[in-house]
Amino acid sequence: MKTIEKEPLFHVIKRSDVSIGKSFLFRAIAIILGLIFACLVLLVITGANPFVVIQQLFAGCFGTPRRFWTMFRKLSLLLLVGLALIPAFKMKFWNLGGNGQILMGALTTACCMHFLGNEGFPNWAIILIMIPSSILVSVIWAVIPAIFKAFFNTNESLFTLMLNYVAEGIVAVFLSGIFKSPTGSIGIISTGHLPAIGSSSFVGRNDLLSIIVAFVLLGIVFAYLRYAKHGYELEVVGESQNTARYIGINVKGVVIRTMVLSGVICGIVGILLAGSINHSISTATPENMGFTAIMVAWLAKFNPLSMVATAFIITFFSRGMAQVQKYYEITNDSATYIFLGIIYFFIIGVEFFISYRVVFKDCKFIRWCNKVNKSISKAFAPVGVFFTNLKNKIIKVFVKEGK
Amino acid sequence: MEVQMNNKNVKIRLENITKTFGKVIANSNVSFDIYEGEILSLLGENGSGKTTLMNMLSGIYYPDSGKIYVDGEHVNIASPRDAYNYHIGMIHQHFKLVDVFTSLENIVLGIKDKKMAKAKYAREKVKEICDKYGFIIDLNKHVYEMSVSEKQTLEIIKVLYRGADILILDEPTAVLTPSEINTLFAILKNMRNDGKSIIIITHKLNEVMEISNRVAVLRKGEYIGTVSTSETDEKKLTEMMVGQKIELNINRSLPNNPKPRLIVEHLTAKNKYGLNSIEDISFTANTGEILGIAGISGSGQREILESIAGLVKLETGTITYITPKTHEEVNLRNKTPMQIRELGVRLSFVPEDRLGMGLVGNMDITDNMMLRSYQKGKPIFVDRHTPEELANKTIQDLEVVTPSVHTAVRKLSGGNVQKVLVGREIASSPKVLMAAYPVRGLDINSSYTIYNLLNKQKERGAAVIFVGEDLDVLLALSDRILVIGEGKVRGIVDARTTTKEEVGLLMTHSNINKEGE
Repeated sequence: MKTIEKEPLFHVIKRSDVSIGKSFLFRAIAIILGLIFACLVLLVITGANPFVVIQQLFAGCFGTPRRFWTMFRKLSLLLLVGLALIPAFKMKFWNLGGNGQILMGALTTACCMHFLGNEGFPNWAIILIMIPSSILVSVIWAVIPAIFKAFFNTNESLFTLMLNYVAEGIVAVFLSGIFKSPTGSIGIISTGHLPAIGSSSFVGRNDLLSIIVAFVLLGIVFAYLRYAKHGYELEVVGESQNTARYIGINVKGVVIRTMVLSGVICGIVGILLAGSINHSISTATPENMGFTAIMVAWLAKFNPLSMVATAFIITFFSRGMAQVQKYYEITNDSATYIFLGIIYFFIIGVEFFISYRVVFKDCKFIRWCNKVNKSISKAFAPVGVFFTNLKNKIIKVFVKEGK
Repeated sequence: MEVQMNNKNVKIRLENITKTFGKVIANSNVSFDIYEGEILSLLGENGSGKTTLMNMLSGIYYPDSGKIYVDGEHVNIASPRDAYNYHIGMIHQHFKLVDVFTSLENIVLGIKDKKMAKAKYAREKVKEICDKYGFIIDLNKHVYEMSVSEKQTLEIIKVLYRGADILILDEPTAVLTPSEINTLFAILKNMRNDGKSIIIITHKLNEVMEISNRVAVLRKGEYIGTVSTSETDEKKLTEMMVGQKIELNINRSLPNNPKPRLIVEHLTAKNKYGLNSIEDISFTANTGEILGIAGISGSGQREILESIAGLVKLETGTITYITPKTHEEVNLRNKTPMQIRELGVRLSFVPEDRLGMGLVGNMDITDNMMLRSYQKGKPIFVDRHTPEELANKTIQDLEVVTPSVHTAVRKLSGGNVQKVLVGREIASSPKVLMAAYPVRGLDINSSYTIYNLLNKQKERGAAVIFVGEDLDVLLALSDRILVIGEGKVRGIVDARTTTKEEVGLLMTHSNINKEGE
């Protein structure tokens, strides 16, 4: 019989409590490494100067007021979709149907704008009708899989995912059959626009409404999850359905109720997209935010406040890359996808190193690495202290306010 | 405990084995020897690192530091396959068998050697093993048709078939009836006399004394020492295990004026396969009395308690709660837990699955305290203030060891988890308190804390229903014992006059009908 003498090269150990400072340091390092690597890849495939790329990334988001407000609006919409997803995710209901739910809301809004406008309704009346009806349609779209999940235990991921394609199909039917638009887009609808906020010289006047709605809802969802009985119930259902039953929570009711909430927020996103931003509708209206927001939600560990940061990072890179592409006149989108893919890979991959430690077998190289590691840690110790202090301060503020 | 001790060939030597999980030190510098042809008991309370240590021998974990020698040779065991190559086999507490396969298929599963994997060869070889040590097994039986003891036999044969000389058994007796334990011990002795080294992980002292040659004791991950069984006794071992002298007795008072509180009649319920999980169960729980429920695990204990708590849909039967003072009869059948609470019935339930049903592991102590009461108070928003006070009070009264009330209960040790759960359930001063295996996995001190809490509830006048697995404890704690088997009532006996053997017989044999009430 063969004996195995060699010690394995490495084994993985779960970390127990990683300090907040350290985990932030890890994430920052990951983003920087990802950026460097992605820039190098971009250099190889397109010949773009890495320093210019980084400069243009920032220029794309902060270069002009116009770009800043666009980035801020995109961030807000992504945040909104994230807010729609996390109550369900906390309940371990994997809603992959954000796109479809947004699209159905947007379609209803576009229909109201188009048809009621043609009938000669005044703007305020169109808006008053389109808001509740769009939310209602989105809610229906979100609740269908929830009902099937609650009563027949169907798989919600598959169900919500498929409803995305159904929604796209319905929009396509409207575009070609009812709006009669051969181009696949009905162009700008002139009636029923949601009001712009600010004077006509203000560049962000069309973006501000989305931003305000997003941050108001951020507060509401945060309070709902943290302080409301509903938030507590859905968390119990998500953690353990047996415990929920044992305590007498109506599990079916909670599942449906939570998806109603998701539907409401997705409906609002749809209204903003069709009524305030695009004034139009196409199958691509949701800009795939239903999926991007899943990453936003997971990276923020379903914490609404952290989602502001994760939504920012994702928006920053995608808006920034749009600018890089424009600057270098790269017409092929693939380079951007590769770039973003590499950065996302690093951002997601670092989560493994935050929860696990890899221990290598004892050898010269590893000892050298440990030495280097130690000196780096020493150099960065003040950063860790800074974050720990910051965390303590934040905790103090929150503890004072109740929990 | 015969002459085997003279033959001191060291089979396995552990040297300074250390294993940590994050900040938790599971084993710290453990060193000891296991000889050829001996039965070594590895004794320690829950969480003392017994299973972790053995998992490193069987290749499931890899030690952070330290060396393992087999037959004097330094070895690295990085996977269960390596362990097999060194003839080490482990029988886990939770069996690792494929339910839809037969015994034979499970035995040859995963063997790469072509000859060994052949059914005909395997049959002959297994027959040899059975004859040699006294196993009885049906090779064509599917695992899902097997009793727990048959599964265990299969696990042992599986390991022997792979040529193991060193067998590790993790709490092998926890799931067996007294007679099955005797059979197992006879087989283990045969194997020892054949020169095999056997390690038994356990915390039952009487079994340690009966079966082992030597006892190695671990406490909080540290190795305390090894003693010859013939030179020690249960008391000394307890001291080694716990680290201090402790009083182990349960003060059982006579029931004070018992009156019926909960009358259960003709309960029948079906499991998910459409078979009766409980059948025609009737009993009465009296005030100021502990009613013990004894039976082989999985005989319907859980279903009885869950149907009273409103979690199981009943086919037939009535559950009547007699309200104190007014003596009004309340029917609890087919009511949800919420409805039961709204009726004003003070029914508390400590379920078997603490973190899966009684508590939410990822929530902190405050939020877990809130489970029972979050509906009270202001509308819309939860009140975390009162539960936090309750959490603090429970931590203080029951001596829960926790960094703070905001620690996730999942991170607490088993005993502390149970204290949180029991603390919450008795906080509402229940009239009926049901507890399923409340001391499973708890250390000795915590176990006695729980027994005392149950006794206090009884003295308060609550009707206590206690499902236990340790017959000695059931006999010492209960006033009456309801014995069930295969979902049916086998008898109700007076705990003060009955014997362990009588209860054991009732548990296993359906033809004996004895009413000792």
